[in-house]
Amino acid sequence: MSKKLAAKEPTVEQIRDQKLYKQMAMTDEEYALVCKFLGRNPNYTEVGVFSVMWSEHCSYKNSKPILKRFPIDGPKVLVGPGEGAGIVDIGDGQAVAFKIESHNHPSAVEPFQGAATGVGGILRDIFSMGARPIAVLNSLRFGRLENDRVKYLFEHVVSGIAGYGNCIGVPTVGGEVMFDESYEGNPLVNAMCVGLINHDEIMRGVASGIGNPVFYVGPETGRDGIHGATFASEDLTEESEAKRSAVQVGDPFMEKLVMEACLELIKSGIVIGIQDMGAAGLTCSSSEMASKAGNGMELHLDRVPQREDGMTAYEMMLSESQERMLFVVEPDKEEQAKAIFEKWGLHCINVGNVTDDGRLKLIHHGEVVGDMPVTALVDECPVYNKPSAVPAYYTANASVDTNAYAEVTDLNNALIKVLSSPTVASKEWIYNQYDYMVRTATAVPPGSDAAVVLVDGTRKAIAMTTDCNGRYVYLDPEVGGRIAVSEAARNIVCSGGEPLAITDNLNFGSPEKPEIFWQLEKSADGISEACRVFGTPVTGGNVSLYNENAKGAIYPTPVIGMVGLVADIDHITTQQFKTAGDQIILLGETKAELGGSEFQYVIHGVTEGRPPQIDLAVEKALHATVLDSIRAGNVKSAHDLSEGGLAVALAESSISGRLGAKVTIDSALRTDIALFSESQSRVLLSASPANVEAILATAKANGIAATVIGEVTAEANIQVTVNGTTAIDTSVAALETAWREAIPCLMQ
Amino acid sequence: MLKATVYVTIKESVLDPQGKTVQGALQKMQFNEVSSVRIGKYLELELDTNDRAAAEVRVKEMCEKLLANTVVEDYRFELTVVEEG
Amino acid sequence: MNFGVLVFPGSNCDIDMFKAVRDVLGENVEYVWHTETDLSKFDCILVPGGFSYGDYLRCGAIARFANVMEALQKAAAEGKYILGVCNGFQVLTESHLLPGALLRNNNLKFNCYQTVLTVENNETPFTTEYAKGQEITIPIAHGEGSFYVNDEQLAELEANKQIIFRYKNNPNGSVSDIAGVSNKAGNVVGMMPHPERAVKDILGSADGAAMFKSVLNAWREQHEQKVSR
Repeated sequence: MSKKLAAKEPTVEQIRDQKLYKQMAMTDEEYALVCKFLGRNPNYTEVGVFSVMWSEHCSYKNSKPILKRFPIDGPKVLVGPGEGAGIVDIGDGQAVAFKIESHNHPSAVEPFQGAATGVGGILRDIFSMGARPIAVLNSLRFGRLENDRVKYLFEHVVSGIAGYGNCIGVPTVGGEVMFDESYEGNPLVNAMCVGLINHDEIMRGVASGIGNPVFYVGPETGRDGIHGATFASEDLTEESEAKRSAVQVGDPFMEKLVMEACLELIKSGIVIGIQDMGAAGLTCSSSEMASKAGNGMELHLDRVPQREDGMTAYEMMLSESQERMLFVVEPDKEEQAKAIFEKWGLHCINVGNVTDDGRLKLIHHGEVVGDMPVTALVDECPVYNKPSAVPAYYTANASVDTNAYAEVTDLNNALIKVLSSPTVASKEWIYNQYDYMVRTATAVPPGSDAAVVLVDGTRKAIAMTTDCNGRYVYLDPEVGGRIAVSEAARNIVCSGGEPLAITDNLNFGSPEKPEIFWQLEKSADGISEACRVFGTPVTGGNVSLYNENAKGAIYPTPVIGMVGLVADIDHITTQQFKTAGDQIILLGETKAELGGSEFQYVIHGVTEGRPPQIDLAVEKALHATVLDSIRAGNVKSAHDLSEGGLAVALAESSISGRLGAKVTIDSALRTDIALFSESQSRVLLSASPANVEAILATAKANGIAATVIGEVTAEANIQVTVNGTTAIDTSVAALETAWREAIPCLMQ
Repeated sequence: MLKATVYVTIKESVLDPQGKTVQGALQKMQFNEVSSVRIGKYLELELDTNDRAAAEVRVKEMCEKLLANTVVEDYRFELTVVEEG
Repeated sequence: MNFGVLVFPGSNCDIDMFKAVRDVLGENVEYVWHTETDLSKFDCILVPGGFSYGDYLRCGAIARFANVMEALQKAAAEGKYILGVCNGFQVLTESHLLPGALLRNNNLKFNCYQTVLTVENNETPFTTEYAKGQEITIPIAHGEGSFYVNDEQLAELEANKQIIFRYKNNPNGSVSDIAGVSNKAGNVVGMMPHPERAVKDILGSADGAAMFKSVLNAWREQHEQKVSR
C-alpha cells in the first residue's frame, strides 16, 4: 500500500462560505437545492456525491429535454433506456443487448487507458444485464492525420482498444473512423458492445428486498478517476493535461474474471440486482440501484477493499477504479455467491444492505459520514432548458452554390486522392490490430458495410454498425441526423439484415452556447423522425457534451449504433464483387449534392453549403428493395453509397473483390459531380445476368429508380464512361495501392 | 527484511524489436551517441527473511522457474536490507 | 474419442476449440478447469488461445504452474495427442513440452488476419489429412508469436522433422518462418495460427478442419489396432 495521506477536508462552513462546491462544477442554485433536500448544509463527501450525480454525465440535466424526443417503444423492445443497456427481441426466446458509450475526454488526455477503459466500461454494461458480450465496435474521430499529436492519439487509442478487447476475448468487429481538423485536440472515442441473452435471464440494477446484503466484487478501490464524471462534463482545456489523475487504468484480465463470474452468478438465478460501477463509481451504482427499487441503502465504507492507505469516504465514493460491480442477493444465498467468485479467484465483500428509508447512508469509522435522500440524488437534479439559436454559419451556407466549383477533369487523379483520404482509405492498419475473429462467429469481418456475427446453434445472425457523418450534421443538423440513422440502416440492409433498433452517442460541444444547443435539438429531431419511419426505436445511449478545443466546438457528431437481424445465414451479403460477367445495378437517384462530401473536402478544401437531402419514405423503400432482393437470392454484392459517392463505391467493390468494372452512365449532371456526389438513398448491387430482371421489378414495385450501369470484369480495371466520354480508366491495382497504403504511410 | 531487485532482459543473441524501435526513436531525436538499447523487466520482491544466503538460493530458483524464460532471457538480481515498518 | 479443452483464467479461445471439435467431428468434448489433476479420460488434450493469467510477466509463464499441467506432462509422456494453439503454444513452450520460445512480433503490434501456411510435415497425428507442401489458409491473432530457437536447435528441429508448418509470408519475424512445431515423438504439436478458427467457409476458411479429422483418424487407427490384437 502506498503511504499517501489524505489531505484535510474542508468543513461544512468552509464549503458554504468559500463556495467550494463550485470547484466540483456545482452552481449556487444547485447547492441551495441540496441544502433544501438535506435540511442542512452538506459536508464534503455529500457535496461530492451530489456533484457527480448531478453532473451532465449522470443526470443528463442539459440533454433530458432533447432525449424525450426520441421514440423508445416498439414491439421488439424488451428493455428500453434507463438500464445498463437496451435489449431487443430476436425470436426463439433470445435477444440482443447493446449500447454505445463515449470515453472522449479521458482518451484526449491518456489515449491508451482512456480507450481501453472505454471498452471495459461498455462491456460491463452489457454483461451486468446478464448478456454474453459477442462483439465490440468503435466509432472514432480524430484531427488530420498529418499532425503529430493526432498520430499519437490515433495510434494509442487503437492499441488501447486492441489491448483490452483482445485480452478479454470479445471480437472487435467493426465501427468507423473519420479524420477532420474539427476533432483536433478533442478526439471522439465511442465504444459499442453487443451481447446475446435469453429473455428469462435479463437482469436489472435493482436493490430490492429490505435487509438484503449488498456485495462489492472486483479489484480494490484506489484514488483513480476521482471526478471522472464531472471531468467528462467540462470543456477540455490545457489544464486537462494536468488532470491526469482523473484517468483510470484498465485491467482486462480482471474484467475477464469478473465477467465470467458475474455471468455464472446470474445464470445460477440467485441475483436480485446487479450494476457495474462506472461513472461516479460506488455513488452512482448504489443510489441508482436503490432508486429503481424505491428503497434506500446503507454502505459501510470500512469494508470497501482499498488499494491505498487513509482513503476518505469522499475518495471511496467518487473513485472510478475499474472492473468493479455491485450486486444484491438474498441473505441465504451469500455462500453460494461467494463460492462462484472464489472459483474465479475473486472475493465478494458484503459492504452494506438494502434499507427501507429511501436514504443513501454512508458509515465510516463508526460515524455516519453521509445521509442523503436517494430520490434527490437520482431524480431531483434540476433540468435546464438551454436557449437555442440558429448559428450564423448555417444561414450563410444557404447561399453557397456547390455546383459553381471549377470542374475537375482529371478524374483518375481525383479518385486516387479521395481513396487516399484517411477517412475513405482502407482501415486494415486499425482492424488488423484487433482480434475480430475470437469466438468463431464473425461471418463478415471489418471492411464491409456492416459486421455480421453468427448466433450459435441457429441459422440467424446479427448485423451491426456505427455511423455518423459529422460534416453533414454540422451543415444541417436535422438532415444530418436523418442521414446518420439512414446510413446505419442502409449498411444493415446491404449486409442482409433487417434493422431492429439503435443506440446513440450524442457528441457535441458546449450546450451553454445557443448555437450548439440548436445543433443538439435539430439533430435529435432528425434522428427521431428517421427512427419513427424505419421502426427502429432508441433503446439507450450516451451524451457527451463540452467537446471543444481551442478553436471551438467539434462538428456535432451523434453517432448511431444499430443492430439488425439476419434471418438466415444465406442472406449474409458483402460489398465485394463476386464474379466476372455479373451486372452492376445502381439503385436510387444521383443529384448534384457535393455539400459536406469527401470530394468537396479533399479536392476543394472546404466543408460548406447544404448536405445531401433525404426523403425518408424513399430511403425506406430502398431498404425494402435491397432486402427483398437479397432474400430472394438475387444479389451477389451490395454496397451503400456514402463518402466519395459512386466512384468510391465502385472502387471499393472492385478492390475487395479483386475484379474490375466497366460502367456506362448517362447523366444530366457535370461528370465530376455525377461520380462524386453523395446523394443519399443509393446502393450499388451486383447480380447474375439471370437475376437482373427480378431486381429491377422489385425496385419498380417499391418505386425506386434502378439502372443497370455496367458489368463486373475479370480484367482488374475500372472504366467509367459518362455521356459517351471516358471519365475514369485506371487499373484496380493503382487504386488499391492508394487506398491500402494511405494510413500506413502516414503512420510510419 | 530483504528486498530482491530482479532485472530480466532479452539475451544478447536474440532480437529485441522494442529496444530497436526505441533506439531508432532516440537517434531520430539526435541522441546519436546511443548505439544500442535493450528493454527488459524490473521486479521488486519483498522477502520476509533476513537470511541472505537462503534468499540468494530462493530468488535464483524463482528466476529460473518463473520470472525469466531462460530460453530467451537473462536475469540478474540484487538483495538489499530494508527497514521494518 | 474424448477431447478435453483446458481452461485457465484468461483463456478465451476455449469455446472456439470446443465448437471446432463439436462441429467438425461431433465427438465428445469437455472443458477442463485448470485445477483438475486427472486427464486420464481424454485421448486428446487441446490447450487453447487467450491471455492466461492476463499474460502478465510473459505469455504462458504463469499457466505453466497450474495444477493441470502436471497431468498434461504425464499425458504427453504417455503419447496422448496434445495440441496447443496461440497462447496454448506459449504454455507448451514455457513448460518445455515443446522447444523454443515465443517473442514479441517484430512489428510490435498485435496482428490478426488470414495467413497462408505450408505443411512441412504431414506425418504427425494432427496433419495426416494434408499433403506435404500443401498451402492452407489459417488465421493468426497474436502480439507475441515470433518463434525463436538458436541455430543449433533449428538444425535439430529440421533433422527430427519437428517443423510442422511454415508461413508463406512471415508475419512476425519467426525464425525460419516457423509457424508450428512438434516434440520429438510427434504427439505434441504447437502453433501460433488458429486452425480452430478455420473450420467453416463462413468463417473465412475451412482449411483447419483437417487437423481435427487427422487426429480422429490417428486415434481410430491406434484404437482399432488395439482392438484387433
